[in-house]
Amino acid sequence: MNTIKLMEVCGTHTMAIVRAGIKKLLPAWIELVSGPGCPVCVTSERDIDAAIDIARQKDVIMTTFGDMMRVPGSTGSFEETKQKGSDIRIVYSVLDALRIAEENPKHKVVFMGVGFETTSPTVASVLKEARARKIKNFSILSNFKLIFPALRTIAGSREVQIDGFICPGHVSVITGSVPYEKIAKRYKKACVITGFEPGDILKGIEKLVRRVRDKNYGVEIEYARAVRKKGNPTAQDVLKEVFTPRGVEWRGLGVIKKSGLKLRNKYKDFDAERIFKVKRRSVLKKKGCICGEILKGLKKPADCKLFGKACTTRHPVGPCMVSSEGTCAAYYRYGK
Amino acid sequence: MCLAVPAKIERIKKQTATVDFGGVRREISLGILDGVRVGDYVLVHAGFAIGKVTKQEADDTLGALKELKRFSR
Repeated sequence: MNTIKLMEVCGTHTMAIVRAGIKKLLPAWIELVSGPGCPVCVTSERDIDAAIDIARQKDVIMTTFGDMMRVPGSTGSFEETKQKGSDIRIVYSVLDALRIAEENPKHKVVFMGVGFETTSPTVASVLKEARARKIKNFSILSNFKLIFPALRTIAGSREVQIDGFICPGHVSVITGSVPYEKIAKRYKKACVITGFEPGDILKGIEKLVRRVRDKNYGVEIEYARAVRKKGNPTAQDVLKEVFTPRGVEWRGLGVIKKSGLKLRNKYKDFDAERIFKVKRRSVLKKKGCICGEILKGLKKPADCKLFGKACTTRHPVGPCMVSSEGTCAAYYRYGK
Repeated sequence: MCLAVPAKIERIKKQTATVDFGGVRREISLGILDGVRVGDYVLVHAGFAIGKVTKQEADDTLGALKELKRFSR
């Protein structure tokens, strides 16, 4: 039997798969590899350094999602910067960041945004509101990324030979299934959009295997109770109104054309990069850490010399161990 | 990070809705989802309704949340 290699794109899927022990249930000829869909993990050290530079400035309140706090840049993390006295706060939603700005009119409140198509429309919506209400002390440091350019890069790569993608459920609530169709057709990959329950994932794997064996390269929605073919058009429109694509660096994958989001000119007064004149410095790669190869599906955590030794969830070296959805963290917690 | 939890819409005031996550109430934004009515079930991500879901999806997840609450007693 030829091995069938499937990539679970989304970090939430990685977590669910490892936690439920799905890999152990599958026959040996089905191989699951993790993909680049953990937004914290793919944020480059350079981008983290730039955010820390802003957080260190006087009268700045930096806000971000909890997962970002411990991710190391080249000189430290948000958490370490906070311990040294900078005002860095965890928020559940960008709505909370806007509220902090209103409550602290003498401070400049910055939201360090990471995430994919699920999250960026929420930020776009808040920016529309902030602009309409003429809020002056609020800005966004956009590290938002688009998942489809990364999927194209992986699908077209000779290094990683993937037969099919377990596609992210909640990104697809926004984008719908249409954007996967081109990838399925052009690169001959099977794509199935699944939910996050172990049963959903197993059903998705079964459908993918069937499609790969029948060479039936197309897109299927296995999460029909939440995902529609055209997705959420309102969210897509709000996103387009506020953001526009640009080339950005992904940890592990390098620079990918039109794979990130920047604010449109109309929203330049809310652009932290412009306000704080962000400069991205070049950084040295961490010795021994193979997060980059793991994010591309080329290597597994056990292939890393640091895994479970110098790098643990308590003392993480790379982002894949920091994020609760990182591949290394999932294997470390549940995969033993 | 792309976690989303289903909830039932209880009240709507302009762009803000009060939702019920199986007993826990919260205000969320309707800024990126059109056509939401009281009684609908939506997926909530980072304080926003991102899409409608069927009652079955909501019942499955909210049922699991209720189970968890029973355990925590």
